[in-house]
Amino acid sequence: MENMVNVFLFGKRYEVPASLTIMKAMEYAGYQLVRGCGCRNGFCGACATIYRVKGDRELKVCLACQTQVEDNMYVATLPFFPLIKQVYDMDAIKPEQAVMMQLYPEIYSCIGCNACTKSCTQGLNVMQYIAYAQRGDFAKCAEESFDCVMCGVCSSRCPAGISHPQVAMLARRLNGKYLAPKCDHLAQRVKEIKNGDFNELLENLMGKPIEEIKELYNHREIEK
Amino acid sequence: MYTSEMLESIKKVEARRKENAATEPRRMTAEEKDALLRAYHPDYKEGAEFVNLAVGPNKGEKVPKELGALLQGNSRVQPGDVDLNAPDYDVDVLIIGGGGAGASAAIEADKAGAKVMVVTKLRMGDANTMMAEGGIQAADKPNDSPAQHYLDAFGGGHFAAKPELLRTLVTEAPEAIQWLSDLGVEFDKAADGTMITTHGGGTSRKRMHAAKDYSGAEIMRTLRDEVLGRGIPVVDFTAAIEIIKDENGRAAGAVLMNMETKELLVAKAKTVILATGGAGRLHYQGFPTSNHYGATADGLVLAYRAGAKLLYADTLQYHPTGAAFPEQIFGALVTEKVRSVGAMLINRDGEAFMHPLETRDVSAASIIRECSTRGKGVPTPGGVGVWLDTPMIEMKNGAGTIEKRIPAMMRMFGKYGIDIRKEPILIYPTLHYQNGGIDITADCQSGVENLYVAGEAVGGIHGRNRLMGNSLLDIIVFGRNAGRNAAAKAQGVKAAKLTLSHVEAFKEELKAAGVETDTVSPQLLPDYRRHK
Repeated sequence: MENMVNVFLFGKRYEVPASLTIMKAMEYAGYQLVRGCGCRNGFCGACATIYRVKGDRELKVCLACQTQVEDNMYVATLPFFPLIKQVYDMDAIKPEQAVMMQLYPEIYSCIGCNACTKSCTQGLNVMQYIAYAQRGDFAKCAEESFDCVMCGVCSSRCPAGISHPQVAMLARRLNGKYLAPKCDHLAQRVKEIKNGDFNELLENLMGKPIEEIKELYNHREIEK
Repeated sequence: MYTSEMLESIKKVEARRKENAATEPRRMTAEEKDALLRAYHPDYKEGAEFVNLAVGPNKGEKVPKELGALLQGNSRVQPGDVDLNAPDYDVDVLIIGGGGAGASAAIEADKAGAKVMVVTKLRMGDANTMMAEGGIQAADKPNDSPAQHYLDAFGGGHFAAKPELLRTLVTEAPEAIQWLSDLGVEFDKAADGTMITTHGGGTSRKRMHAAKDYSGAEIMRTLRDEVLGRGIPVVDFTAAIEIIKDENGRAAGAVLMNMETKELLVAKAKTVILATGGAGRLHYQGFPTSNHYGATADGLVLAYRAGAKLLYADTLQYHPTGAAFPEQIFGALVTEKVRSVGAMLINRDGEAFMHPLETRDVSAASIIRECSTRGKGVPTPGGVGVWLDTPMIEMKNGAGTIEKRIPAMMRMFGKYGIDIRKEPILIYPTLHYQNGGIDITADCQSGVENLYVAGEAVGGIHGRNRLMGNSLLDIIVFGRNAGRNAAAKAQGVKAAKLTLSHVEAFKEELKAAGVETDTVSPQLLPDYRRHK
């Protein structure tokens, strides 16, 4: 007999195997999920979930697909949270501190409560990356926020109404487009291809009889 | 976390780690690979795993039985359910699917001035793109060339790729990387801007570009941000359930269904792009999958019913390294990058039984052999697995490498008390990618005029097996091309009467062939509810 636990889905009790994740426990209980379920593997942020274990004062948050059930766990899913997503043209904006003031001024209302960091399902230092964004240090904000899955839990806990994942998204794009070092060999290769420099090599290969291509493939030199 | 039997085996892995790390196992010869695949790869089975199609453009050809049932299933739309004369949406380019290919297509079609709309049955970005971890290929280093990339991909796909499609893939690869960089995608670079690139299975040059092991997520969230930034309408939680044609037989829209309210809607369009992705959630041959929740081959069903031909629909990719333990993450992807940065595949006795970077089909077959006839697997609660010796990575490349290069993997196992820097992990093949799909010409058009296809729903770009890093590449290259071409074609399309007569005709064809079924398709979502 499997080891069973009680979980309370939106307050209603179900008995489920203790080995299941919260997401699989919902399905075991009979839910056919439409919302609150995406990649099922911790990358998409669709399954943000809030829970409290009976007798525990602390309200916890997690991704339902990445978290095992516990006995007497009270679960509420957060399949959507109204984040503020500003619209901008990446070619028109510049990586300057002023851009955050214009697009996401609420970040300057941060009261330093650190609820965002405490709630991050990825264990990121959210308040720190917001501090970097306030300062216009987009490279650091990008690095610190890189593993964000944009589940929105941080924003649901924020008294200042900050949409942290969207702020970080903007910082990463500014960093990737304007601040990261330019790649010369890539620009060079794109130019060469546009110039048709590789056409002959490719057409020669494609024009060979299949047996000859097989020989070339089976005996090609592999870079160490 | 590990059982005592696993811990015993780990001791053997540890005892031989230094010796294993110092040697490079021999790569298999072409003959050895052929024999191995025939004996152990799931695609090569000749039993009830496959069925022959009784109707449609690929009549007589074999496909996985689960796909066969859907391709020959009943439509979700009955005559009279919708009024085609009163469309709810009227656009130039209708894009079905909100993953990497759909987003790329939307951006390019919008840039070309077309009125674009994206429909997606879940949220924008709920797609296999989001879950791609390892990287994206492009021949942009001085020792590399598009021809070298072509040779690797053509050979890795068993010389079955459509040459004109593969040529487009490799030739436009560097530009795809540049396009993504300009959108703000953060690729791993050295301080001087040089791309940090590694090998993937079957590559002869180090051309795998990555964004840590969140490569697909970084690309997807950036594309999504750009789609929203451009103000392109995205209708989410809305599935396409049938292609609408015009009276001249051209694709001219789709019947849509709200996933929550079940309301049916009509979208009229001048051209349609299918970017519906793969099929992992059909769990062919009982395999677990690394795919997202909506990967149910919907696009193949829609296109087939509309008269488009499929290509290589019998070939699937089983990723060699799905998580085999713990059971909470059974089947989840363990990126090939783990091997790119130094981990080796090790059996129960601590032996490095194969070269870690053979192509995926060969690697998967080799692991299945090790765990079956050779009896060298490690038993798990759900089955069996072999070790992927992750501590070897830092033995070779120094402390801190894992946290910097594969943080998602460290986090995924860390949640279950396994520190991959110190302990190896158990893996077994998982259903990962649909090699086959809808047959297209070089302009991304299917056999149905004005029906374009991009991304995993396409068949023939990679042949009968795909290399790591060529899928993130193909969604960008062919997504962009499909967007541009569909937008250009839309300019000359004259409005004509809409019809679903092909759906009726397909139903008649099924009846005439004696196919009787309760299956309704497209499936849209898997059903994981417990059925007592």
